[in-house]
Amino acid sequence: MAITAATTVKARQRPGDRIFSSATVIAGSLILAVLAAVAIFLLIESLPAFVAAPGDFSGDVTNFWSYVGPLVFGTIYSAILALIMAVPVAIGIALFISHFAPRKLSQLLGYLVDLLAAVPSVVFGLWGIGVLAPMVQPFYTNVVDWFGWFTPLAGPVSGTGRTIFTVAIVLAVMILPIITAICREIFLQTPLLHQEAALALGATRWEMIRMAVLPFGLPGIISASMLGLGRALGETMAVAMVLSPSPQVIFQLLTSQNSTTIAANIALNFPESHGVGVNILLATGLVLFVVTLLVNMLARVIINSRKAFSGAN
Amino acid sequence: MNPVAEASPLTNSLTAGKLPRRSSLWILLGSWAVSAAFFTMLFLSGAVDGFNIIGTVVCGTVLYCVAIYLLSRLVEGSRKATDRLMTALVTAAFVIALLPLISIIYTTVVNGLPAFLTPSFFTESQRNVVGAGGGVLHAVVGTLMVTGLATLISVPVGLLASIYLVEYGRGRLARAITFFVDVMTGIPSIVAGLFAFALFALLFNDPGVRFGLGGSIALSVLMIPVVVRSSEEMLKLVPNELREAAFALGVPKWLTILKVVLPTSIAGIVTGVMLSIARVIGETAPLLIIAGFTSSMNYDLFSERMMTLPVFVYTQYANQGADAQAYVDRAWAGALTLILIVMLLNGLARLIAHLFSPKLGR
Repeated sequence: MAITAATTVKARQRPGDRIFSSATVIAGSLILAVLAAVAIFLLIESLPAFVAAPGDFSGDVTNFWSYVGPLVFGTIYSAILALIMAVPVAIGIALFISHFAPRKLSQLLGYLVDLLAAVPSVVFGLWGIGVLAPMVQPFYTNVVDWFGWFTPLAGPVSGTGRTIFTVAIVLAVMILPIITAICREIFLQTPLLHQEAALALGATRWEMIRMAVLPFGLPGIISASMLGLGRALGETMAVAMVLSPSPQVIFQLLTSQNSTTIAANIALNFPESHGVGVNILLATGLVLFVVTLLVNMLARVIINSRKAFSGAN
Repeated sequence: MNPVAEASPLTNSLTAGKLPRRSSLWILLGSWAVSAAFFTMLFLSGAVDGFNIIGTVVCGTVLYCVAIYLLSRLVEGSRKATDRLMTALVTAAFVIALLPLISIIYTTVVNGLPAFLTPSFFTESQRNVVGAGGGVLHAVVGTLMVTGLATLISVPVGLLASIYLVEYGRGRLARAITFFVDVMTGIPSIVAGLFAFALFALLFNDPGVRFGLGGSIALSVLMIPVVVRSSEEMLKLVPNELREAAFALGVPKWLTILKVVLPTSIAGIVTGVMLSIARVIGETAPLLIIAGFTSSMNYDLFSERMMTLPVFVYTQYANQGADAQAYVDRAWAGALTLILIVMLLNGLARLIAHLFSPKLGR
């Protein structure tokens, strides 16, 4: 009996312990179950859409895939445009807050950018139509006059400014906060010794950032961009309100004919649709779900593969 | 060549070859002044109508970037010039981000205030209202009920799940939950609405199902991951010494969590919950799908369509009636109400976090 050290002593399991720990396990598993349920119920309800008769679709498309094709194109096109605009600005903001602004101000400035995330998307939509579109329309006219020979900028120019480019600007503003927040966290985690070493060797502040901060933060920047991409893909109301849609694949940025996005198409048509029309919209929602799920999973895998960079560490 | 300058020992070798202090500020003001002069001349010559203040600032800033780069390159060399240029660009990026925020808040207040201050705005619904008048009472009640129920569902589930992840979870299940919670934060809100619709359409066998409870379920799908993430962070901040001290005194694990861990982190958890409410209270798309819209009061979450504030804003804008301006005014006033609620929740959350957060020595 002297060799008790070898046996492990298990804590006594009281009824309270059992109930409490199983409650937490159930809650945790419930989250996984919900995610699975989202996929399963959407799939069940979208099955009729895949075999729908040609007459059930609006316009002159004959099957589901040719219906969803232009929508997928519009979704990805607007999201990529938004990302191209948002990422450089977001990196700039994050660098400004983490390395350029006075230390005492930086937290306050971070709150200011976070406030942008607090604005509801429907307000962004109102702002996009009421303020942004009329403001940028004269610029569009000039751009089409000067650069109309370049296909994406070809005319005829939209008279209202409610084009896919305006949508991309609104989306870019909406995804700025999330990209900025993650980039900021990562830039702040750059080892101080790397930065001080660079400065001690005579680097200017920008050279220090280019040599120490940006290489360290690159995986974080990539995954932050992908999370922003996921947000932009799924954004609904701002697109639904600002865009004047058309069910085709259109590369032109500034005309009044624009490819719409999956989410906006659902929001605009769902209240009035019935019968198989509902199933078709649900099926496009399933496509959107799968696309965003893949983008988000990829982003999370990149973040997790270098755990030290995770903002939530 | 000048013998006096050559002999002078007063030249500081540390500041030689540098632009004088504050020179960047003066160059910035100078470029803005030049640009303002240019646009004033355009205005006076009659080429454009009105003084273009946005153009002035933008052109002035671009001019500043060019000027500071060239001057610095002449005086300080190319490395320092690049540094100054990047500093200017990074600062400009921050200012660019603030412009939409200021513009949104300004336009919402200016456009929304007249209808917002109407006495009937918070005491009446839109029932039987054609043209001006009426209010948002039905939408405010709907938003409070739908979001309240979503909170009641999400907080227990999210909190228990985060306790599992921090206190119990080891191995595969915990890793899977952490991963998919992160993935779930990226689910588009409209997909959550479609899920709730598909679920209840199948359950009730009713292809046109619309009711408030469905909205709460959809919002919960969006809210639970946010609650889990934030509570998890807060629970992780509780020092292990506290738990070990409780175990050493013979306190069961579940009581340790309830009486030691949770009270220590409650301020942070409340903050996280309020931020998550602020996030979902502005969601439009899922409520448009499953809660629908109506112009009447509805206090019953379990039957009939239910109006909510974001959907009110959208429908007022999208379905303008005969007196279009009245509808647009109400949309902006609804947007103002929504922004005020969200900002209030955010501010309260920050205040709680600031006042009650445990002071960690850093």
